[in-house]
This record gives sequence, structure tokens and C-alpha cells, in this order.
Amino acid sequence: MSEAAATPTPQTEPVSAPLTPAREVWLHFRQNKGAMIGMYFIIALVIVAILADLLAPHSPIVQYREALLVPPVFQDGGSWRFILGTDDIGRDILSRLIHGARLSIIIGFIVVFLSLGFGVVLGLSAAFARGTVEILIMRLMDIMLALPSLLLAIVIVAILGPGLFNAMIAVSIVSLPHFTRLARASAMSELTREYVSSARIAGAGTLRLMFRTVLPNCMAPLIVQATLGFSNAILDAAALGFLGLGAQPPTPEWGTMLAGSLQYVQRAWWVVTFPGLAILLTVLAFNLMGDGLRDALDPKLKR
Amino acid sequence: MLRFILTRISLVVPTFIGILLLSFMLIRLVPGDPIEVRFGERGIAPERLAQLRAEMGLDQPLYVQFLDYLGHVARGDLGVSISTKNPVLTEFLALFPATVELGLCAMIFAIVFGLPAGVFAAVKRGSVFDHALMSTSLTGFSMPIFWWGLLLILLFSVQLGWTPVSGRLAALYYIEPTTGFMLIDSLLSDEKGAFLSALRHLILPTVVLGTIPLAVVARMTRSSMLEVLNEDYIRTARAKGLSSFRVIGIHGLRNAMIPVVTVIGLQVGSLLGGAILTESIFAWPGVASWLIEAINRRDYPVLQGGVLLVASLVMLVNLAVDVLYGMLNPRIRR
Repeated sequence: MSEAAATPTPQTEPVSAPLTPAREVWLHFRQNKGAMIGMYFIIALVIVAILADLLAPHSPIVQYREALLVPPVFQDGGSWRFILGTDDIGRDILSRLIHGARLSIIIGFIVVFLSLGFGVVLGLSAAFARGTVEILIMRLMDIMLALPSLLLAIVIVAILGPGLFNAMIAVSIVSLPHFTRLARASAMSELTREYVSSARIAGAGTLRLMFRTVLPNCMAPLIVQATLGFSNAILDAAALGFLGLGAQPPTPEWGTMLAGSLQYVQRAWWVVTFPGLAILLTVLAFNLMGDGLRDALDPKLKR
Repeated sequence: MLRFILTRISLVVPTFIGILLLSFMLIRLVPGDPIEVRFGERGIAPERLAQLRAEMGLDQPLYVQFLDYLGHVARGDLGVSISTKNPVLTEFLALFPATVELGLCAMIFAIVFGLPAGVFAAVKRGSVFDHALMSTSLTGFSMPIFWWGLLLILLFSVQLGWTPVSGRLAALYYIEPTTGFMLIDSLLSDEKGAFLSALRHLILPTVVLGTIPLAVVARMTRSSMLEVLNEDYIRTARAKGLSSFRVIGIHGLRNAMIPVVTVIGLQVGSLLGGAILTESIFAWPGVASWLIEAINRRDYPVLQGGVLLVASLVMLVNLAVDVLYGMLNPRIRR
């Protein structure tokens, strides 16, 4: 087995050992400044989310009745006790944001896990079964895409009842069509390849063909979509929270923190500004990383 | 061409049936009986419940109920709102122009700023402007627009006092709706200053709702323009000695527009999603905030009818975009 034949060595940079595909992607990815910033931000966010209990100066739900709407430290009247100020019932905004990071990461993770999992199963089933099954699955996805995704999520929450868990279910269902279509499309193009035929001839069963032979070769676009799915999930869940249909108070979810904050725009800009900034930066970080991943994986897709 | 259009229309039929099924099932998936939900906490006597169920046909088998529902929909009868007792379709039609006005202005805003910015970035590829535009548009694309709305209110309404915070018109004016579009109605009326008031109310919601489409249009125009500028016919046009304005504006832009038009059309769905958030921030009396209120009031007939109407509209717009795309680009007509 000659290793050199397995992966062609890039000509620009002669190295002794051939690059593994993962390393090659990493080398491309590393050159993208934006994507790297996004990745560092996400790593920092995950650390904050894990260590939330240690990092947060206060409890996210304790109300300091003597300190209502305290401005942030850099403004007159602010103190180091509440670095980003307090909200209308005296809760520390920084602590709520830190605990909110944990919620957002969990929301993103669960939503992507569910929609990627079911999307892959549905998409691969459609690609393999063809005929009626394929038509049924893909028509259902078309119907789901015909509705504005936020409206569909709202309708689902209206059926299930408001709450963080139901909001996550709703967002997962809404993002399902994207994963399903992508999985089907890439599986269909892989199915015409010779290695699939040879695996079939070698006696691989349908399930093995689906998940062991074809799926690993469809992963590149799915990984990109999963990263972008994270940002969609966080954004949609926050929008539901803002409308009062997602996480319920006093849960420190970023969107929920903004619900009803319109009445404070005149008196306390910090109540309005910081949670939204957290959402924007997180979503932006995931989008930057997703774009970078797409560019890094793209030469592989075309090859 | 006719064959192409007919194929596209036939592809939409199953989707439409699916939307009908979804809106039909919606009211039945909600936990609890629709009638009991309607009477809520007060409760209802069992005999009266049975009588109402029979009146509404809820004791019939599901497929009979569905056929019945189809009959009502076909006659334009989408039920009656529980809270206002008005027909759902009437309420929808009264509020729909406000949403369309807002959506159209947002789209115009996105095109007017996004298209030139995208073209310019493509022509000056790699320049400071290009980089700035790309990062700005990615930020716009990642924007939680409900927060964006709050920020703009904070800056322009509270700090600077330039724009009003909510509604479509200052309370001192009363405009009889003729077209339903406040900008046109206020111009037609003899109330002085009403038009300016309507315009000032419209600015912030337009910017908020238009932000994401603006980012999408700018990015799409740039990448499509970059692709076109590499084509042979652009080199030919340049070699013929045409001015660069003609090369870019006529030969380039016209061809680069095809994917941009598609993207603009496909934004309609997400625009309606964004309208839900925008309308609820600015208390804009449109269809989207009406639907949210319906959920909060548990007004299921409104939700059912609204979902059916909105989904059908999005479907029709997507169909129109598809057909338009086929007209612009004969290669995909097969």
C-alpha cells in the first residue's frame, strides 16, 4: 500500500508525509482570518458556558431589590458590583448573559443534533428508496419550506405550548428540510460512484451502504450546514423568546431578556443593548466559521 | 414555455394540498377540544358541548371534516375570529395592505442600496470598500432584527427624537383607507402633513425589515457580478472599446441580474418571518402581529386562516419567481 498514492501531496509545499484530509482542511481554514476569529470566539463562549457557575459574579435569578436599573460600571452611578448593570428587578445583567451563553450553546447543540440526525435519516432514505417514499419525504419538506420558518416555528410552539424545550423542538423541525435536502442531494451524487457499486457487489446491506459507505462521503456539506444551523438555531430560539413563546422568565435566555425591554429604551439602554449584542456576536461567529469551513471544504467537494 | 409553466403549476398542487392539510390539522393538534378551548376557564355544560360539536361537524369522521373544510375554503369562508367575531378573511384583507406596504418598502430599500453596493464591490474587488461591504453584510445577515429595531428606536426615536416609536400614523390624523397603503392614502387625502407623518412612521420599520434582504442582495449581486465579469463576452465588449459604464452597467449587470432576481423573490418568505418581529416591535398593524396576537389570545380560527393565507401567498410568489426565472433563463426551461 503506497501512502503517497492515497493523498496527492500539495505541490506548493513539499512535505515528507502526505497530509491527512482533516489536516488539509485545517490548513485552508487557518488562512481565513474571519473564520479563525469566529472559532476563537466560539471556543471562549463554550468555556464561559461550562464555567458559568464559577465566572458569574451573581446568581442569574437573584433580585437585588436595593439595586434596580443600576447602570454599567463605566457610566455615572455604576459600580464594580454590577459590571454591566442590573435590570428592572435588580438582576445582574452580566451574570444573566453568562448563564445565557450556556443556554444558547445547549439550544444550538440540541437543535443541530436533532435536525441533523433526522435530516440525514430522511435524506438518505429518500435517496436510497426512491419512488413513493422519496416523493412523500421531499413533498413534505417542500411544504415546510413554503411557510416562513419563524411562522412555522410559532405555529408549532402554539400547538405544543410555549417554553424553552418546545421552542427547541420547533426550531429543530423548521431546520429539518435544509438538512434533508442536502443529505439527499449529496447522497444521490455519491450513489452514482463506483465505490458504492463495488460495496453493493461485495454484499453490503442497505443500512451499511447508507451509513458506513455513503454517509461519510456526504459529511462535508453537512458539517457546513450544521455550523450555520447553530447560528440559525440561536437566532430563531432568541426570536421566539423575544415574542414570549420560547424560554420563559426568569430563564436568562438572551432573547427572553429582550422581551418587554422596549419600555426601558428611554431609561436604561444597557438592559436593551447587551443581550442583543451577545446574540449578534455569537451568530456572527458561527456564520464566520461556517463560511470559512465551506471555503476550506470546497476544493474537496469539487474534486 | 406554456408547457414549462404548466409543469411548475402542477408541481405546486401537492404543496397546496399539504398546506390545506396542515392548516386543517393545526386546530385539531392543539391540546384540548376547540370548543372547550373557546369557552376556556368558564367551562361548558356537556349537553351544550355535544350540541355545538354536532353543529360544527366535529363529531364527523376526520375525512368528512376535511372535505367540509375544503368546501368552506373554496367559498372563501375561513371561519370567524373568536375574539372579534369578524370573518377571518375580512380581518386579513383589512390588515394585509399594511404588511405589503412595509414589505415592499423594505425590499425597495434592500435593492436600492444592495444592488449598487454589490456591483461596486465586485468591480473594485479586494478594495477596502469590498472588504468593508462584505463584513458589514455578514453582520447584517447575522442580525437579530428584533434587537436591531430596539437599537434604532433607542438612537433615532429616544436620543435624537427624529422618528416616532410605533404605529403607522400620528394620532391627530385620520385617514379613510382607500387603497390601504398609508403613503398613497395620505397623499390622496387633504390632511396636510399626514403624508410626512406616514413616511416618518415607515422609515425605521423599513430599515429593520430590509436589513437582512439588503445583506443578501449585496452579497448575491457581488458574487454574481464577479462571475459575469470573467465571461468572454465582457472581454469582447471591452475589446470593442465600450465605456466601462456600458460594459458593467449593460452587459454585466443584465446578466448578473438573473440569480439576483431569484434571490429577491425567495426573500419573500423570510421577509414575512421578519415582518412578524418588525410588526410586533413597532406596533405595526399588519397581518404578522395579528397572527401573534391570535396565538396569545388562543384565537385558533384566526391562526388557522392566517397560516393558510400566508403560506399560499408565499407559495404563489415562489411559483411566480420560478416562472420568471424560466423566462429570463431559457436554459432551465426543459
